[in-house]
Amino acid sequence: MRARTLILAACVLLLLAVPPLATVFNQPYYIDLLRRVLIFGIAAVSLNLILGYGGLVSFGHAAYLGVGAYSVGILAFYGIHNGWLQWAVAIVASALVALLIGAISVRTRGIYFIMITLAFTQMLYYLGVSVEEFGGDDGMRLKVKSQFSGLVDLGDPVTYYYVVLALLLACMYLVHRLVNSRFGRVIRAAKSNEARTRAIGFSPYPYQLVAFVIAGAMCGLAGALLANHTAYITPAFMDWTRSGEIMFMVILGGMGSIPGPALGAFALLIVEDQLAGWTQHWQVIFGPLLVLSVLFFKRGLAGLLPGGGKDG
Amino acid sequence: MAESILAVQALRKSFGALAATDGVDLDLREGETHAIIGPNGAGKTTLIGQLAGNLRPDSGSIRFAGEDITHLSAPQRARRGFARSFQITSIYRDFTALDNVALAVQAHAGHSFRFWRAAREERALRDPARVVLEEVGLGARADVLAANLAHGEQRQLEVAMALATRPRLLLLDEPVAGMGLEESERMVQFLSGLKGRQTIILVEHDMDAVFTLADRISVLVYGRIIASGAPEEVRANAEVRRAYLGEEA
Repeated sequence: MRARTLILAACVLLLLAVPPLATVFNQPYYIDLLRRVLIFGIAAVSLNLILGYGGLVSFGHAAYLGVGAYSVGILAFYGIHNGWLQWAVAIVASALVALLIGAISVRTRGIYFIMITLAFTQMLYYLGVSVEEFGGDDGMRLKVKSQFSGLVDLGDPVTYYYVVLALLLACMYLVHRLVNSRFGRVIRAAKSNEARTRAIGFSPYPYQLVAFVIAGAMCGLAGALLANHTAYITPAFMDWTRSGEIMFMVILGGMGSIPGPALGAFALLIVEDQLAGWTQHWQVIFGPLLVLSVLFFKRGLAGLLPGGGKDG
Repeated sequence: MAESILAVQALRKSFGALAATDGVDLDLREGETHAIIGPNGAGKTTLIGQLAGNLRPDSGSIRFAGEDITHLSAPQRARRGFARSFQITSIYRDFTALDNVALAVQAHAGHSFRFWRAAREERALRDPARVVLEEVGLGARADVLAANLAHGEQRQLEVAMALATRPRLLLLDEPVAGMGLEESERMVQFLSGLKGRQTIILVEHDMDAVFTLADRISVLVYGRIIASGAPEEVRANAEVRRAYLGEEA
């Protein structure tokens, strides 16, 4: 377990060192790329709570990315640039949407759950496409980034990078506490053996629903971060392929592991970036790579770490 | 006569034209071990499903400790003191033995909307779980993953989980199924140690186990209870011999 802690600590140190290194080598692009990785890391960490620990295969997690991003964008559109308020709205709005979707979908299992979560996200996607006021299909610019009472300036790429890194680590710690608490034991038990869980006296539904809402809220935060990252908000944030990507980050990185989803986000986005720089037809190489990685890393990238692929 | 803890009246459940439970009456006294036996296809699984709350009866009623539980779900019944083991071992294979039992303790320790404190460090869950594991003879295996336990040990673990909920009624669905002779003897010995302290419904094909453990036996054939009484009476019952025991003896 010590070796695992050391490796993960080294990863955090490396991430801390990215901005100074990028400045020294005059490669500011990497700050931007890594910040994107970290934001998707938060989205993947949130999905892992319900997918990896709860066994709820949500195929609509990009919905909350969109709700979070549009919360920031719409408030900014009406001239409200207070970041505390924007991000709070992003989190609460995503939680409410997750409550609505979860209240219906969490009662179902298997393929029905996948299809219902997908269907709701598609509805939100088309809502984004159809509302012309907020740019419709084309999306809209975020002219002013979220303002934090002059405390932090998201306009500074390095500052923003560290804000995102801190939030990712905070989210990972939060999920770590959650999955090891009594609450977490119940959702993990329901994933492991639902009939047994009911037979010893748990009704899994309310616990799974709360987990679903927490995951949605956390992903909403990632959406607010993404809006500020790209300074552009489009319905494409909620595209079903985006849901698939987030899911893939979790699976590739290691379901039911705390660092796994972040590792998955890193691997997926960096490989994508490198291949795209190399050839236009990068997806032809990318696809088989994904298949091979799933075949060979059954416990995900986190499974390659000393100590195995499971936490808690 | 002791107060009856479980009273089943005129229970019926059909699947299409098949009456799987066809007017079953059952009365359980506090502290007794009541075996339900019957040939394959007699409707035992359907009856258990209705008792445990996984299947809704078409008609009839089930009273448990004076309360009508006919329309309660399985978790609601479990919280009122109804514990069970499954015919096919049902445990958390990816949890340790101790974690398995600690979850059963947790299920009966109030709500679980507690989000921060590590459950594995809570002595209020661990200590009672350890006591029950010792009781069933798995004390030394507490930290082994349930998947890595021997089959017999897994059956013991399942009983431990049921006992950890401090049940008023324990429903055991073929507890010695698939066990070797030695394991099976150990389980029967353990269960006989519970006699008197614990009210038990025992569904079992192993007649040695049934006649060793049961205070009373009900014989289920084609969804009906054709005989019910002390082991000697049931053994002597001509209809039972014809329908069931005769085939096996």
